[in-house]
Amino acid sequence: MENKCAIKMENITKRFGSVVANNAINMELREGEILSLLGENGSGKTTLMNMLSGIYFPDEGQIYIHDKPVTIASPKDAFDLGIGMIHQHFKLVDLFTATENIILGLEGKLDLNNARKKVQEICDRYGFDIDPDMKIYDMSVSQKQTVEIVKVLYRGADILILDEPTAVLTPQETEKLFAVMRNMKADGKSLIIITHKLHEVLEVSDRVAVLRKGEYIGDVMTKDADQQSLTDMMVGHSVTLNIDRPMPVNVTPRLKLEGLTVFDELGVKRLDNVSFTINAGEVLGVAGVAGSGQRELLESIAGLYPITSGSVTFYPPEGDTPQEMAGKDPMDIRRAGIAMSFVPEDRLGMGLVGSMGMTGNMMLRSWRKGKGVFLNRKDPEALAQRIWQELEVVTPSTNFPVRRMSGGNVQKVLVGREIAQQPSVLMTAYAVRGLDINTSYTIYNLLTEQKMKGVAVVYVGEDLDVLLELCDRIVVLCGGQVSGVVDARTTNKLEVGALMTRVGGGAAENA
Amino acid sequence: MFDFVSFFPRAVMQGIPLLFGSTGEILTEKSGNLNLGIPGIMYVGGISGVIGSFFYEQATKGSAMNGFLAVMIPILCSLLGSLLMGLLYCFLTVTLRANQNVTGLAMTTFGVGVGNFFGGSLIKLTGSEVPSIALSNTSLFFKVGLPGGNAGWFGQLFLSYGFLAYVAIIIALGASYFLNHTRPGLHLRAVGESASTADAAGINVTKYKYLATCIGSMIAGLGGLYYVMDYANGVWSNNAFGDRGWLAIALVIFTIWRPNVSILASILFGGLYIINIYLPTPGGQMAVKELYKMLPYVITLLVLIVVSLRKKREDQPPAFLGLSYFREER
Amino acid sequence: MRKQSLFHISKRDTLPLGKALLIRGGILLLALVFCGLVTTLLTGQNPISVYGTILSGAFGTSRRIGVTARSVAILLGISLAVTPAFKMRFWNIGAEGQTLIGCLATTACMITLEDKLPNAALIIVSLIAALLAGALWGFLPAFFKAKWNTNETLFTLMMNYIAMQLASFFIIVWEVPKGAGKIGIINQSTRAGWLPEIGNAYMLPILIVAIMTGFMYIYLTYSKHGYEIAVVGESQRTASYAGIKVDRVIIRTMVLSGALCALMGFLLTSGVDHTLTTTIVDSRGFTAVMVSWMSKFNPFIMIASSLLLVTMDRGASEVASALSLNHSFADILTGIILFFIIATEFFITYKVTLRKNSKKEA
Repeated sequence: MENKCAIKMENITKRFGSVVANNAINMELREGEILSLLGENGSGKTTLMNMLSGIYFPDEGQIYIHDKPVTIASPKDAFDLGIGMIHQHFKLVDLFTATENIILGLEGKLDLNNARKKVQEICDRYGFDIDPDMKIYDMSVSQKQTVEIVKVLYRGADILILDEPTAVLTPQETEKLFAVMRNMKADGKSLIIITHKLHEVLEVSDRVAVLRKGEYIGDVMTKDADQQSLTDMMVGHSVTLNIDRPMPVNVTPRLKLEGLTVFDELGVKRLDNVSFTINAGEVLGVAGVAGSGQRELLESIAGLYPITSGSVTFYPPEGDTPQEMAGKDPMDIRRAGIAMSFVPEDRLGMGLVGSMGMTGNMMLRSWRKGKGVFLNRKDPEALAQRIWQELEVVTPSTNFPVRRMSGGNVQKVLVGREIAQQPSVLMTAYAVRGLDINTSYTIYNLLTEQKMKGVAVVYVGEDLDVLLELCDRIVVLCGGQVSGVVDARTTNKLEVGALMTRVGGGAAENA
Repeated sequence: MFDFVSFFPRAVMQGIPLLFGSTGEILTEKSGNLNLGIPGIMYVGGISGVIGSFFYEQATKGSAMNGFLAVMIPILCSLLGSLLMGLLYCFLTVTLRANQNVTGLAMTTFGVGVGNFFGGSLIKLTGSEVPSIALSNTSLFFKVGLPGGNAGWFGQLFLSYGFLAYVAIIIALGASYFLNHTRPGLHLRAVGESASTADAAGINVTKYKYLATCIGSMIAGLGGLYYVMDYANGVWSNNAFGDRGWLAIALVIFTIWRPNVSILASILFGGLYIINIYLPTPGGQMAVKELYKMLPYVITLLVLIVVSLRKKREDQPPAFLGLSYFREER
Repeated sequence: MRKQSLFHISKRDTLPLGKALLIRGGILLLALVFCGLVTTLLTGQNPISVYGTILSGAFGTSRRIGVTARSVAILLGISLAVTPAFKMRFWNIGAEGQTLIGCLATTACMITLEDKLPNAALIIVSLIAALLAGALWGFLPAFFKAKWNTNETLFTLMMNYIAMQLASFFIIVWEVPKGAGKIGIINQSTRAGWLPEIGNAYMLPILIVAIMTGFMYIYLTYSKHGYEIAVVGESQRTASYAGIKVDRVIIRTMVLSGALCALMGFLLTSGVDHTLTTTIVDSRGFTAVMVSWMSKFNPFIMIASSLLLVTMDRGASEVASALSLNHSFADILTGIILFFIIATEFFITYKVTLRKNSKKEA
């Protein structure tokens, strides 16, 4: 063997309750290489890596680091072995400065001045731009990520694991990150990058390992791989999406957004003068890098996010007088007779109550109905039964807590309930995230069905292929602004990808 | 006019138990444990010292007491008693992940019960022939002040206290230095701010929670000991310690989790506790005294409100306060 | 060599109800045995006779049964009162103060309006005053929590002592005789403002709390308010999403909680003790927090929990007086039982298994 192994995992199995997250995984990372760990959402990539960083402990199997068998029982063990992981959710103490976070967990006498110097050195060497004394709560997402990377470098880790580092970065920042990764490789460090973006895999890594549904599928040298072969490995069979997309009929404006501007709690502008129209009888896609204002857009329309300026005008299907929605909360909107359904990104944290069963969750939309102080349980129960059967939800009963259901079933409950409201506007955020292919298609078909019924459907998505095949028009957001509105049938991935990373790129040319 | 020279030392003596209690609770809360058992722990700290000293006094009856033993036996007993309480709290809330509020309240019920039970029944249980627990001999050793303690106003104001009072101030300063200028202090604050982050950084969250809570309990327990041995001249009377434990928790909020500020604030609270004796009561209304005693709580409440209004990140309670941490949560 | 935790802890899927009950019952038995041991150790009595004394202390005579039942009712009432707030994950530990302020308001009406109103009107005015005072004590922390996210645990804790000092203040204002530092029995001769007795001195509070138990069960399980509370407790974002006005629910629920605590205070002063002292609530506001929590917020389980704690409390007092020991003995036993119950929850929620490969050789 020409290269020694930095990491070798043998028969690693991890279960959570009855769910097998990783099943007998055998995988290795060679010294001085960049390995891409590729897989769909929910394929077990992060769980596997968390066992290397000491967050989880494998139920079965053995890990070798530099060919020595080891037990990684805690993150400290991982550090001692030279393993550093940069998590997708940053592990930083908001209240501390960059330096304090970087030295957190180290031993020896506390010497902040010396530490600050060392941090500055690392920053200078790689061209990172952070102030060592800045508090984390004052930092942007990419600054926080930089702190995480500096933290690992500071500790002199020789094995680095990056968990979807580019999801929150702009293309320029991504390029910078890749340059740093190549530098580190040149220094003899071994790196694993978790991702599901194929072009990044091809650009930065030496070798690709693929996971699917908790199983290790195999590995391939990057130079021998292309997008098609990797997709095949990742999803098991070649994907031609073939989403059924009928031509829209009776397209009329349903919601008009004009000059919508919102700020978050910290006073950061999240939506900047956003204007576009959402039509009845259409699926309108919303594309953008994560955190470009998608969440704020949907929540402001739904009355869950304070609108600083601008208007959201609703044109009722019956052709009555238009109504202003800005400034209304969800109950006001409902009372105004506007049937709006919303499938939020955070299913269990916002769309559903995890500890309640299907019936209790149906009541989220209907609890106020009926006179008097008592709840109507009968109708929600009937609705729950209907959704249970029609959407083939796997659950022992309609009272089984939805938190214990699998992701796909949770989403069926949520989407089923929202569609049952007979909406005139249906907004969805990342409706197929983490779902298997079959459930995803169920969702696509349900959305298309709604469109043909004359509902105005909004689909916020991350997978461009899906956006291009499912939607009629696509609004592209970049940094809280609309960078373009395109016809999904005539545009292509390149055009949308370019708009996602460029502000004001010919805004609203095709209305 | 208001006699400051006689008022101030009394305020200090009222404040010292609160200072012990709040320093202990601050260390505990910095680890994310909201220990509402502190009032109970202070009772246990007091009664444990009393029990130790009671047996020592009984054993040396008639003969002269060794000053070192007379002080060390109660202190060690007190520390042991509070340590056991701290361990119990940690075992339930950290190892068994029980609800902190419920556990703390149960500890207070239990601790106050232990204090009053042994305080009331010690003589009966041991079959001794003394009329009441009055450890005045031991108390004398605790009350030894610094030289010059009764010479002039300066001596009275600053040198007249028993040694535990100075210990309290040293511990508070030490705790303050520990939290802000040492590595374990930084780690402890990280545990309280974000246990998952601390864990990911390789900090042993469980160890820090146990250590901070147990050491915090022992410090708080000394407050109970100081109260009996110094302030109350070695006389234990049931419920005399009163609501000082809760006042210590109020002090934690009042000082926005800063032990060094607590030194002065505890004297302020102590002063408010007794100021009614010094201030004129309008129209001879004795009842107004009780309103003065309300002041520490009202002021604390105002601080709590103002802090939450200002939203200054540095002044908020530790973000993980009251939550138990479980790594494999999913 | 690296150390590795010997135990593996994971969340249970669900424990069958029977098994959960078995574990709970077993632990409770263990707790009682342990209490017996502690008693034997401290008093030298044999544990069986100790439990005999405990039972006779709580249920020995019809008067004792009455007193015990009434005490259960009061503790249960306060526990019920704090429950809606807890279901909302609002850590109200201010029941002590909310109850006391109810006692104070009742006392104020009874003393100041003794001869100005007919008895029935006086009782009604006292009741309304108590409810309003309790509502205010609940409103304040809830308002600040809702508007500025002020920590409610610390807020309600402070409110307890503000209520206590207010009570001390008025006790001295109204002290009888002057300089006594206490109020004594209020309106002893006229009995103005005293709740009428139904059958005997114990029936009325018991009846009121029995009604309250049913009301609370229905309120939490079947009413729209109960549903709102459950959703807010689970996730405030979900609540907003469903059009629930979170701020309003928090405030409304705490006002209810505070008012119900004060209702118990009204019962204590007007119907049971006919006086006001700073210790009239006797830490039941804190015990109620534990009762509510250990009963998993279920009103019917709370009946059993309250009964257990009150029995132990009264029984242990009896043991203590029989041996002329201090009455705080009861608190020690209560504490021990609570510790056992608190610890039990862990074994019901989590599964602990010994690691299989913990000895695996490197």
